[in-house]
This record gives sequence, structure tokens and C-alpha cells, in this order.
Amino acid sequence: MNMRRYSPLARAMALTVVVFLCAQTAFAHPQKGEAVGFLTGFRHPISGLDHVLAMVAVGLWGAQLGAPAIWVLPVAFPMVMAFGGMLGLMGVPLPGTEYGIALSAILLGAAVLFKVRPPLGVAAALVGVFAIFHGHAHGTELPPGQSALLYSMGFVIATGCLHALGIGIGTVHRWSWGQKLLRVAGAVVAIGGSFFMWKAVA
Amino acid sequence: MKNSSQSRLPLYAFVVFAFVMCALPAEAHLNTTGMGPFYDGLMHFLMSPEDIVPVLALALLAGLRGASYGRRALFTLPVAWLLGGLAGLSAMTTRPHPFIAAAWFLLLGGLLAADAKVSLRMTTALAALVGLYHGYLNGIGMGQFDTAAVALLGLVFAVFVLIALAAAFVVRLRAHWARIAVRVAGSWIAASGLLMLGWAVRTR
Repeated sequence: MNMRRYSPLARAMALTVVVFLCAQTAFAHPQKGEAVGFLTGFRHPISGLDHVLAMVAVGLWGAQLGAPAIWVLPVAFPMVMAFGGMLGLMGVPLPGTEYGIALSAILLGAAVLFKVRPPLGVAAALVGVFAIFHGHAHGTELPPGQSALLYSMGFVIATGCLHALGIGIGTVHRWSWGQKLLRVAGAVVAIGGSFFMWKAVA
Repeated sequence: MKNSSQSRLPLYAFVVFAFVMCALPAEAHLNTTGMGPFYDGLMHFLMSPEDIVPVLALALLAGLRGASYGRRALFTLPVAWLLGGLAGLSAMTTRPHPFIAAAWFLLLGGLLAADAKVSLRMTTALAALVGLYHGYLNGIGMGQFDTAAVALLGLVFAVFVLIALAAAFVVRLRAHWARIAVRVAGSWIAASGLLMLGWAVRTR
């Protein structure tokens, strides 16, 4: 409200300062591939909408199911996904990866939509099976010449952030209107998954 | 008062702007700063994620178990790191093996994620092994410089500070969700280790 009283010059200066303070890190002497490795790894999970939908859906479902699923599922997914990524990196083939990824979004979205409440072990197993497909896809798509450690950390952290985003959205579950909103979000995820399944089949 | 502070905003903005414009170049690896070998060693540790992550994982694991575990790790790890580093200073041949680095991530991250009830003796052994291994590798890397021993001291100092801060932070956590967040961090470390393992196989 008070900003209205500031002169245009003051606003421009403040904006400039903010922009300068948000400057990117200066990679003056990066070790070979390191700076690129983390950023590439971090961007990888969030660069494909099919992956994003499924990972956010894991968080949504965990929030809907409540404790302990709210943290078991987001822990299980990155661990098993990393295992799938390891298989992909080692060149172990996994048929139907694209179908598995699309199916994960459909089923996880449907689970949120219909408020499916299976036993914790079943939910974790379901999430884990789908995580293998996501991890395998990432592992095989890995660009050459990156820093393994930083790429891996960026990759896992981004995945965790997507789950956290889903959990954050899922906290609306405590309100009655939020529960409806959550189910709508599940429907959106399922529709998105159906679209990617159609693309995979076509 | 309010109007007075508002009128000074352009002045404050200009001062901050001037400071930002006068930023010094990023001296990432201290090649030219002359800060001395002690700080070179310290910064070397802080800029090496392959060293920081295992230390962090061990600190979180010890902190999760309790204050006595944290204290034991706090003194065991830096001492072992120093001994390993001194041994590495005279060795010139060994290179870090990617499988071992991945194994550390897997082991420490896995124990942390599982909230494993490791004994005090086991915590001490883990701290000693992590310190000896990473210190040895650091020593090998520094062996070619005359001031390597001082740099090693700086590095060990950084290890001490990091494990002290991280373990103390976790020891005082009481909220259930906060302790779960620590375990989630462990799962991320273990997951990174799995990916690194696959990478090591791929590039072998």
C-alpha cells in the first residue's frame, strides 16, 4: 500500500537491486561438469509433464491418506526410482516404460479422485512399482559427460520437491472444500495420464 | 517518522545498488586470494559435495540417536580424518573409487532413512571409517603442495564445525515431523548413492 507513495525512480532502483541480488552464481572455476551436473539433474524430473504429474500425485495421495503414508510414500518413491535409474544406467532393459509412466499418472490420479485407502504396504508397493518406470526412463535418458554425484543429488532433490509440492497442495484435505479440491486435482492428474497413455499408444 | 523513512528509500536503494555493482569476483577456489592454506583446506571441504554429504549423513544419524552419539562422532570423525589425511599426504597412487563413494552414500543414507538403532560402538566405527577414508583421499590430493598439512588442518576444522552444527541441530529436534524430515533427507542421500552406483557401472 505504501509503495504508491514512492517515486518511480525509487521503485525502479528497488527493482534493480532485487534483480541484481537474484543474480545467478558465478561459476568462475567450475570443476569439470559439476555446475552443469546438478542443474541438469535438478531439471530432469521437472522437464517432463508426465513425470511431474505422477510425482505430485504421490504427494497428493500421501496427504490424503495421512500419517504414516504422508511420509512413507514420498520416501519410497525416490528410493525405488533411484533403483530404476540405476537399472537404466546399467543398461538393463525395461519394456513398456512409457506405458508404465502414463499408467502411474492414471492410477495415482484415480486413487486420489476416488479416495482409495489401501493398506500402507499395498500403497507403497504400487508407488514403488511405478517409480521403477520413472527412474528407468531418467536413467536411460541421462546425458553423457555430467558429474554423477551432483547430477544424482539434483535429480533426487527435484523429485523430493515435487512430492513436497503435492503434500503441500494436499494439506487442503483438512477442510471439506479442500477434500473436493483434492479429488478434482486427482481427476486432473488422471486425465493428464490418459493423454500421455494415448500419446504412447498412438 | 514514516514520511522521513520513506524519503530515504531512494538513498538506501542507491547505496545497496552501489554495493551490488561493486561486488568482488567470485574466488571459488582461492587461487589468487592469498587467504592462506588453512582457508584453502577449509574451502576445499565446503566445495566438495562428495566429502560434505557423508559427513552430513553421519552427523544426522548420530544426532538422531542422541547427544552421546553426537559427541562421540564429533570427536572421532575429525581425528580420524586428520590421521587419514596425514597418511594420504605420503601416498601418491590411489584414486577414489566411485563404487566406494556410492557405498558410503547408500550405507549412511540407508541407516538414516531407516532410523537404524545403531550402537554407540557402531557409530564410532562408522565415524572412524568415514574419516580415515575421506581424509586419506584428501591427503593424496593435497600431497603435492608444501603447505598441505596446514590445509589439512583447515579441512579438519571444517569437518568439526559441520558435524557439530548438524548433530546439535538434530539432537534438539523433538517434533515428530522434524525427525521424519531428517529421515527423508537420509532417503535422498541413499537414493543418490543408488544412482551413483549405476553411473559407476555405466562408466566402468
